[in-house]
Amino acid sequence: MAKILEAENVTKQFGGLTAVNDVSLYIDEGEIFGLIGPNGAGKTTFFNAITGLYPPTRGAIKLLGQSMVGRKPHDITAAGVCRTFQQIRLFPNMSVFENVMIGADARGKSGLLASVFKTPSNRKEQEATEKKSLELLNFCGIERFGNELARNLSYGDQRRLEIARALGTGPKLLLLDEPAAGMNPVEKNGLRELVRKIRDQGVTILLIEHDMKVVMGLSDRVAVLDHGEKIAEGKPEAVQKDPKVVEAYLGSGAGGAAATSTDGKTAPSGTMDRT
Amino acid sequence: MDCNTGAFPNLFVTGLILGMLYALIALGYTMVYGVLKLINFAHDAIFMIGAASIFYLFGVWFGLNEPTGGVVLVSLIAVGFLVSGLASGGSAVLLERLAYRPLRRRGAARLSFLIAAVGASFFITYLFQQDFLLGTSEHNFPGFMATESALTIIGAQVNNRRVLAVLTAVALFLILDFFVNKTRSGRSIRAVAQDIDAARLMGVNVDRVVALTFFVGGFFGGIAGFLYGMVFSKVAWNLGFFPGIKAFTAAVLGGIGNVRGALLGGVTLGLVENLSTLCIGAEWKNPIAFSVLVLVLIFRPTGILGEGLSAR
Repeated sequence: MAKILEAENVTKQFGGLTAVNDVSLYIDEGEIFGLIGPNGAGKTTFFNAITGLYPPTRGAIKLLGQSMVGRKPHDITAAGVCRTFQQIRLFPNMSVFENVMIGADARGKSGLLASVFKTPSNRKEQEATEKKSLELLNFCGIERFGNELARNLSYGDQRRLEIARALGTGPKLLLLDEPAAGMNPVEKNGLRELVRKIRDQGVTILLIEHDMKVVMGLSDRVAVLDHGEKIAEGKPEAVQKDPKVVEAYLGSGAGGAAATSTDGKTAPSGTMDRT
Repeated sequence: MDCNTGAFPNLFVTGLILGMLYALIALGYTMVYGVLKLINFAHDAIFMIGAASIFYLFGVWFGLNEPTGGVVLVSLIAVGFLVSGLASGGSAVLLERLAYRPLRRRGAARLSFLIAAVGASFFITYLFQQDFLLGTSEHNFPGFMATESALTIIGAQVNNRRVLAVLTAVALFLILDFFVNKTRSGRSIRAVAQDIDAARLMGVNVDRVVALTFFVGGFFGGIAGFLYGMVFSKVAWNLGFFPGIKAFTAAVLGGIGNVRGALLGGVTLGLVENLSTLCIGAEWKNPIAFSVLVLVLIFRPTGILGEGLSAR
């Protein structure tokens, strides 16, 4: 199977703070790959490095063998990577439909003049974009809110809209940042179904998630970050039993393997995750 | 107080026309603020460039100082719109590229942008004051359109130049409304205004959207410069000073970042400053206008309609 994403020795520093430290991992095409770890472990920073918002300080990131480091975010999106956000970041004062259109617009080619004067090729492109956007609203189960402003949607539906908008860009690799956060059990089940459906369409998924039931149930493989370092990787069942993972989550001593240093635990946490 | 109510029709109509021009200029401030949260204080100079371009093209190069009519006049006006719009729009894009983009790349503080904006305004203004450009003296606007009374509104005579100014402003607002709300480019401008990083990550080319925003704001500012020069029949290096600062006031009054706010703020300010002279001397016009700015900033800093290009 082809590797869709390869991260080699990725390090991201903010001033003196190392948020991601020498992380290497790869994701196979068609996989659902889970990325877990305590708050402040560097998961979101890792996302930001992939999408180009905060490029890595060191290391390589390749999408289907092509280097992504140093490319602008919108170029990386065009190359086939898109993401959702831990804290919802929709365009609140645009309609649900328009939010998805923004993503879908990224695939269009016609320029400014064509869009103002409505040339035939532009009109065709717009129609295709509209059709695609409608399909995505249907796919994500939010078609009935098409003309509603995004900010008026319920929390769960806003999360779905984030996914629909990201899918609009036509990603090969979709990064989901805590998509189940704040959802009730029914919504979580719906989300799991949706994520599987997206994968079945041929989109590879990299998932950050705190809900163990969701992430372990969905993922083919899981990697664990703690204090910016990868401490484990493998099948969900194996990773869950890894003493280092148990320790990272429950604190030293709890897993029986207290050999690793404990002074690192005082490093600032929670803030890195949001940058 | 001693009020001259007989002057009401004239002052009302003048206020309305001037207000529409303020609104047109205010668009440049408000759109740029909407996407970058930057007050482009150099917009007054961009506006002046629009008037100057017509002075050079029609006045200096083609010597069109005799009144024309019919098709010739209509074509000259159309060419005038295009040239002034492109001159100012192009200058605004250049300004963004040279002065603001380098600061954005470095993630500079807001104050740096503000200082750069004020500096750019002085630079362009005093560049045009040099003898090889406009010089220190005031010039007549090319007289290719004769001034004649066109219609009477509530007893006030309105000349054809003023009618042209108002009709153009209304048309441009309708075009802009369509552009922002109904086209793909407008959609990406709104997206950047609402969340610049999210837009970036959804594939929007932010640099292009920023350049486009400067161009559109500059384009409208340039046409406003053309109309302003025509209505007041003058072109000068400091033409942008008062209209610029008043348009800024109008933008804040209506709610900066808000396109409809610019229209509302412009017309309100134009009416307030002109109607105030019903009861007090005309020399109080400018103090009144700036008192409006101060009062808005104190009591309603987000303006009448609130901030946000997206708020519609």
